[in-house]
Amino acid sequence: MPKDIDAKESGIGAATKRREDIRFLTGTGNYTDDINVNGQAYVHFLRSDVAHGRITSLDTSAASAMPGVLRVFTGADFEGVGGLPCGWQVTDRFGEVMQEPAHPVLAQGKVRHVGDPIAAVVAETAELARDAAEAIELEIDELPAVIDMKAALQDGAPKVHDDLTSNLCYDWGFVEENKEAVAKAFDAAAHVTTLELVNNRLVANPMEPRVAVGDFNRATGESTLYTTSQNPHVIRLLMGAFVLGIPEHKLRVVAPDVGGGFGSKIFHYAEEAFCTFAAKALNRAVKWTSSRSEAFMSDAHGRDHVTKIELALDADNNFTALRTETHANMGAYLSTFAPSVPTWLHGTLMAGNYKTPLIYVNVKAVFTNTVPVDAYRGAGRPEATFQLERVIDKAARELDVDPIALRRQNFVTEFPYATPVAVEYDTGDYVATMDKLEEIADIAGFAARRAESEKAGKLRGLGVNCYIEACGIAPSNLVGQLGARAGLYESATVRVNATGGIVVMTGSHSHGQGHETSFPQVISEMIGIPEDMVEIEHGDTANTPMGMGTYGSRSLAVGGSAMVRATEKIISKAKKIAAHLMEAADADIELKDGKFSVAGTDKSVPWGDVTLAAYVPHNYPLEEIEPGLEETAFYDPANFTYPAGAYACEVEVDPDTGKVTIERFAAADDFGNIVNPMIVDGQVHGGLGQGIGQALLEGCVYDEDGQLLSASFMDYAMPRADDVPFYQVDHSCQTPCTHNPLGVKGCGEAGAIGSPPAVVNAVVDALRSAGKDVTHIDMPLTPARVWAAMQG
Amino acid sequence: MYEFEFARPSSVAEAVAALSEEDAQALGGGQTLIPTLKQRLAMPTTLVSLGGISELKGISASGREVVVKGGTTHAEVAEGASAYPALAALAGQIGDPAVRNRGTIGGSLANNDPAACYPAVALASGATIVTNAREIAADDYFQGMFTTALEEGEIITAVKFPVPEVANYQKFLQPASRFAMVGVFVAKFADGVRVAVTGASEEGVFRWAEAEAALSANFSADAISGLTVEAEGMIGDIHGTKEYRAHLVGVMTKRAVTATG
Ligand SMILES: Cc1cc2nc3c(=O)[nH]c(=O)nc-3n(C[C@H](O)[C@H](O)[C@H](O)COP(=O)(O)OP(=O)(O)OC[C@H]3O[C@@H](n4cnc5c(N)ncnc54)[C@H](O)[C@@H]3O)c2cc1C
Repeated sequence: MPKDIDAKESGIGAATKRREDIRFLTGTGNYTDDINVNGQAYVHFLRSDVAHGRITSLDTSAASAMPGVLRVFTGADFEGVGGLPCGWQVTDRFGEVMQEPAHPVLAQGKVRHVGDPIAAVVAETAELARDAAEAIELEIDELPAVIDMKAALQDGAPKVHDDLTSNLCYDWGFVEENKEAVAKAFDAAAHVTTLELVNNRLVANPMEPRVAVGDFNRATGESTLYTTSQNPHVIRLLMGAFVLGIPEHKLRVVAPDVGGGFGSKIFHYAEEAFCTFAAKALNRAVKWTSSRSEAFMSDAHGRDHVTKIELALDADNNFTALRTETHANMGAYLSTFAPSVPTWLHGTLMAGNYKTPLIYVNVKAVFTNTVPVDAYRGAGRPEATFQLERVIDKAARELDVDPIALRRQNFVTEFPYATPVAVEYDTGDYVATMDKLEEIADIAGFAARRAESEKAGKLRGLGVNCYIEACGIAPSNLVGQLGARAGLYESATVRVNATGGIVVMTGSHSHGQGHETSFPQVISEMIGIPEDMVEIEHGDTANTPMGMGTYGSRSLAVGGSAMVRATEKIISKAKKIAAHLMEAADADIELKDGKFSVAGTDKSVPWGDVTLAAYVPHNYPLEEIEPGLEETAFYDPANFTYPAGAYACEVEVDPDTGKVTIERFAAADDFGNIVNPMIVDGQVHGGLGQGIGQALLEGCVYDEDGQLLSASFMDYAMPRADDVPFYQVDHSCQTPCTHNPLGVKGCGEAGAIGSPPAVVNAVVDALRSAGKDVTHIDMPLTPARVWAAMQG
Repeated sequence: MYEFEFARPSSVAEAVAALSEEDAQALGGGQTLIPTLKQRLAMPTTLVSLGGISELKGISASGREVVVKGGTTHAEVAEGASAYPALAALAGQIGDPAVRNRGTIGGSLANNDPAACYPAVALASGATIVTNAREIAADDYFQGMFTTALEEGEIITAVKFPVPEVANYQKFLQPASRFAMVGVFVAKFADGVRVAVTGASEEGVFRWAEAEAALSANFSADAISGLTVEAEGMIGDIHGTKEYRAHLVGVMTKRAVTATG
């Protein structure tokens, strides 16, 4: 265990074991697929097996007559219904809004990617629904598909959406006004390093596939959707207001235990709207459980950027300007937050940890006949970090300087720091995290380890990089200006029961992050009561205040802050009650270790007496305060938070086969204050595993006709335990966030953001140690690709 | 899955009878067939489980021959084929424990996946595939990807392996499936060396004649240093090009020879 898991037993800073793990590990969780509503029917979706085509005939009569079939739905049934909305509108560099195609629940006339749902059979059992789906008579006139983004932008390319002018969603420039100044800086540069690279398309593959159960109560007219979501309120808003036209008070969305999301369960999906719609139409609950094969072709994918990045340096190796040109794949439709990922979550991070004065980012978002692409762990920030940290590494090699020294020389060292890409870093200490990294990674010992590897016939490489991310999304007024169609606050209701126990109802959703453990630690610390007196409820719009959910490492920074604010209100009211009970002035009451006392006296009342008085107000200042002890707070952050760190990866490469093994991996992170160091370790480990997966293994590949070649785990390589090393992680460098009450920054995505460049830098370093003139290899660094790179 | 009938006979004779019905299919460990059924890629009327037939289970060794009954699981071979260590080691590298505890040698050889492991040891050993009807030499048995000499309804009851003087299997994993991207089994007998390659070729498992000749003359990794297989005819896919697989055949063969030393 890392050193910072110290002896503290409870409260903020304690490594409290995750209470939710007992149910997760003993199979007693309550996942969406565990929910079965009386009389439920099952839906099977008939999906397109071609990437692009026109539906010329769709005859469901035979299917409708099959045994057990309740009804077969097609696009025609959804004509009066809204399409799936997009939650973010990007304005391009000419001031025009993005092209935004319709996204029907079931295909209307055309199919646009393999997996696009065409018809839905609802039957008594899932197998009968599937049987009947095979009896649907479907004819599709296949059209040429566009898969490659650059080809999609060429004149005369087939159009994914006939009613748009082209396959270009937007052409975004950031900061457009700086474009000329950046060009001048490049003209004046002493050295320019250029790199073209691909950020590979990924499939999130949470362990639990998506599930939706729609229900309708004829007595109350209320619809309920049980769904695998990271943000049930957002789904209620999007589906209720934009797709089905159900007011919030008649729509309940429940996301119970969710078995991982990694971004892919943020979005509102067609299947959710379908099940809710069909339940009302049929007056029967309707359930859909995705198969793994369906997940590959219907869950939003991640990443898929093709980038050219250029770094300008002066004669002293100071970074003077940075320019990037990225093509970002949107897939066939705009998923919920897709437009924001390559723009505001990517361009704003291009400064990284460095004081580059001039930056220009250009992003062309492109429609193709592939599954929609949206946020995936890190969302935009891994893409920014990867290209920046790769080009710096390449520059160091070209200039023959130490890559760590080149980074150190260009670090931002004074805070707050306003970047040239619109954001202001509140705190950080990049020198400290790099110092810590050099220590825990034992950089000094690398040469000796390389010599050992070489003796064994292996090439050894060291890759180092930094990262910065913007978490805790986000100030609502800011994101509103940037095109968000939602606010990004968070909420909490703190309900104190008569006997002193507390239930916190939070809009933050927990799907593996450990909120049920870490949130009580905060309250325990604030009031001085045991953690197990606090219970966390989340995931049900019927009993939690409107919240925006969990993504972007925002739960503790934003949701935790809302809980702190509500708890502060509780404490303030409780002090008034205590003052009354002790016949003292409010201002003299202190709360410590679960006891209220009057300053300077030995008078005190325990927490439980005060909470009881609030609900049994026999002796109570009823004319001054209301009985009861329950408070709600909404918290809208003043800024993003900026976790940052430095990572080091050491690899061995087998020169005969190109196989890469990760021998060591060290991560020095600054997450600000830490509530539960064990959970933070776990988040970092998981993130590193995903980043290493992206770097070495995972690749979602389409052929030129739009068939998904990596459509199952037989061909899509997920990282396994033996693909990753034991990690050295450290988060003892802590520069607390200055603008949230806990001083926390967020740790959920860091590992996935920071690790891919470290791995690639290390492999390039290893190959160069053998005299190979390799400057870059595109991820995933499969044995075949590394071997091919070695052949020159 | 589509609906099917299920039979669980207790003898080979009953199984053969059950399999004579139209579209009946044998079920071994189900590690290939069940996923195929779940994806609705097969539609047997009856599944005839071989799991209840005790005469299809077990491993025996006599002289320089090891006989593995057709229904023996990979785990049992890994554990029990100590008379042929390279065979046991190969079985221990198939899939994961769950797969090894259910999958059977008969199922694997009947399926003849081009990336499967058992075809390499069977072909390199010059094994004999024993069925309810006849005995088939490995050289005649493998007839290309997913194609074998088996007739409809024919059951593999045993595989007879001549035990080589030394042998070794080197498996280079396909990163996603962890089947063999290239697997090479080298077996040195008194009368020569046999080299079988799985995973690499579009024709399924094959013998690498040049390497066999070179190694028969001089059983050392150096003997095959200059040898390469043609990239043409190798599998090229998202995990590796034809050229890469051709290259790996050489590397894995050398490693197998070295590992026997
Ligand atoms: C996750 C996973 C990983 C795997 N990794 C590997 C690997 O690394 N290497 C490898 O070689 N294999 C691997 N396999 C395949 C595994 O070895 C299978 O067990 C094997 O291919 C089929 O054997 P089975 O007994 O399960 O046959 P089944 O799936 O039951 O049947 C397969 C076919 O053989 C027929 N059949 C079954 N038994 C007989 C018999 N006795 N006579 C005639 N026909 C028969 C069936 O009718 C069917 O057509 C893997 C499988 C999985 C699921």
